[in-house]
Amino acid sequence: MAKIKLSDRKVQELKDVCKSFNNDKGELINVLHKAQGIFGYLPAEVQEVVAHELQVSVAHVYGVVTFYSFFTMTPKGEHPISICLGTACYVRGAEKVLDEFKRVLNIQVGETTADGKFSLSCLRCVGACGLAPVVMVGEKVYGRVSPDGVKDIVAEYN
Amino acid sequence: MVKLTIDGKAVEVEKNTTILMAARTAGIEIPTLCYFQLKDMEIENRPGGCRICVVEVSGRRNLAPACTTTVTPGMVVNTHSIRVLNARRTVLELILSDHPAECLTCAKSGNCELQDMAQKLGVREIPFQGAQSTYRKDTSPAIIRDVDKCIMCRRCEMMCNEVQTVGALSAVNRGFMAVVAPAFEMNLEKSPCTYCGQCVSVCPTGALTEVDHSRNVINALADPTKTVVVQTAPAVRAALGEEFGLAPGTLVTGKMVAALRRLGFNYVFDTDFAADLTIMEEGSELLDRLTRHLNGDKNVKLPILTSCCPGWVNFFEHNFPEMLDIPSTAKSPQQMFGPIAKEYFGKKLGIDRRNLIVVSIMPCLAKKYECQREEFKVNGDPDVNYSISTRELAHLIKQANIDFASLPEEDFDNPLGESTGAGVIFGNTGGVIEAACRTAYELYTGKKLEKVEFNELRGMENIRHATIDFNGLPINIGIAHGLGNARKLLEDIQAGKSHFHAIEIMACPGGCIGGGGQPYHHGDSSILKARAAAIYREDAGKPIRKSHENPFIIELYKEFLEKPLGEKSHHLLHTHYFDKSAGVFVEE
Ligand code: SF4
Ligand code: SF4
Ligand code: SF4
Repeated sequence: MAKIKLSDRKVQELKDVCKSFNNDKGELINVLHKAQGIFGYLPAEVQEVVAHELQVSVAHVYGVVTFYSFFTMTPKGEHPISICLGTACYVRGAEKVLDEFKRVLNIQVGETTADGKFSLSCLRCVGACGLAPVVMVGEKVYGRVSPDGVKDIVAEYN
Repeated sequence: MVKLTIDGKAVEVEKNTTILMAARTAGIEIPTLCYFQLKDMEIENRPGGCRICVVEVSGRRNLAPACTTTVTPGMVVNTHSIRVLNARRTVLELILSDHPAECLTCAKSGNCELQDMAQKLGVREIPFQGAQSTYRKDTSPAIIRDVDKCIMCRRCEMMCNEVQTVGALSAVNRGFMAVVAPAFEMNLEKSPCTYCGQCVSVCPTGALTEVDHSRNVINALADPTKTVVVQTAPAVRAALGEEFGLAPGTLVTGKMVAALRRLGFNYVFDTDFAADLTIMEEGSELLDRLTRHLNGDKNVKLPILTSCCPGWVNFFEHNFPEMLDIPSTAKSPQQMFGPIAKEYFGKKLGIDRRNLIVVSIMPCLAKKYECQREEFKVNGDPDVNYSISTRELAHLIKQANIDFASLPEEDFDNPLGESTGAGVIFGNTGGVIEAACRTAYELYTGKKLEKVEFNELRGMENIRHATIDFNGLPINIGIAHGLGNARKLLEDIQAGKSHFHAIEIMACPGGCIGGGGQPYHHGDSSILKARAAAIYREDAGKPIRKSHENPFIIELYKEFLEKPLGEKSHHLLHTHYFDKSAGVFVEE
């Protein structure tokens, strides 16, 4: 694991978050939630800070991070791609779309491409069922996506 | 009180008792895999996870896990109905479907609770074919993790987190990928693990075992160019007999010596001798700091903490780096013995230190790591070459076809085999400080101690304290065993709240008699108590019971070391500590 340097400002922000929860061990999940909001993901260094502030073992923090699929230890890509797997999208073939993204980008869900450009995740219903299947790249929403259209979407950002 | 019936027996127990415990009071042992308890020591693991302990409760549709279901008035429990037996076997078969069938070569074979359970429940085949976990083996200087054999009982996690407060291990990941591992699934060596071995001593399977050095010992014994000396720690003699079917608490000192001689060791010495030496150095350090403190020296640090437990040393190096100057600088008895054997005894016989192999028999896994530390080597040659556990010794004896029970009682060799009762009690929690008091009292007051036993320092309570009267000067003593208890005393010191002059700390519950290298106790705390009583019996039977009266210690100082805390002692018998708190996990 290569060591990464966290920005002092963000670390301070994280420590403030811990303090706002009274550095209470019982709030570990909430603290991690906020931490992921600040850093976008939860690298080892962030987990060490959290462990230190809440006075729990790093192993325990890591245990919690790896237990909940919401938490991630890989940084999101420059263009995070999310595929909706809500019921409407699913019945309209979202899974095939997802498979195509995996094939084109050569990564699995939760991973980031080697060049750091794209990452892949799944969503549960974004409330745009009329447009199913729905894909989001960053903030931009794509509707009625078919497997054939995947290459074009990716090309827009390359 | 609640009245109920278990297997037709009327039972009466306190409210809120679990069915498992109620059955135990009635002499009915419901099988479990994850449940674990050391009675009277506040150690319990009850995750309710393995489901082996299911029982049938009349009027309930589902089988109930006995470890988490509490009794109700009039409850009728059946612990071995056909439904229970079938369910129990199915649960076990499911566990076994993801377990490597390696019993033939597994280090835990014969002591494995999973293997015993499979036999007990009559499993003859594993009908479920499932995915098999394939996790890398992790070998640290003292402990091997073979996670494929883990059944997720989480006993180790409880020991490491709740009892020891080390936090090296935690359950990580979920579902099939779930394992117990250090943070970021790094190797144990990169974690704050102290190598206390308490996780090993409670693991029901072969997932956690010690690094076995007994082959190295066999090779050394077979090498005609080497002179091989052995030292045996105090706690070993009170437990080794268990491996040969003797009752817990049987003292086997003489037979152990005889066995070691038959194994081919050239000299059979005693770590108790080195324990006496430790008292000379540590006790003098205590007196030195105390006198300076009484004379108003503001620079002197009190309390002084004992330093003879390497698990504890690892713990404070990782967790209390700002307090490295508080513990005594005296090495552990194992590491005092090494240089005395090589630089004094060996030189006297004209043997080069590289041709003198020092083997220790220890109740301890941390000592395996300790003897590999760089500062305990001279030009790459370790002061102690191999440290093997009580269990490994038992193995060697069995391999050599020695009939342990019929061995005669023999005596240790001299000069490093002679010891006092003070050296023996190092094996028990409270023993080191009692031994130190016997010597420090006489040296400080110049008076003879009328009664050498300090009963106020004995016992199994997690944290104990006592005030000893040094001829009008009250000396406050603290004792902790188990690292979680040690942490409490250390936090008091940090907060400036500690009123102790001296504190003894042992990493293992009960002290070394409960060490990570001892025969497995499988959660029976009466075994630990029997060992502790045996240690005190050995002390009581010794003609000399104060370290400073050991004639060979007196001679050693006269002939070689000159005086406690002198230059030679400083060089050979004292050490320093390192800050290991930073950068544990993340490599550059
Ligand atoms: S040896 Fe001790 S410190 Fe290390 S993992 Fe086991 S219980 Fe924890
Ligand atoms: S390593 Fe051993 S003690 Fe720890 S959870 Fe696995 S089986 Fe249980
Ligand atoms: S208490 Fe004894 S057995 Fe346990 S780690 Fe310390 S020295 Fe080793």
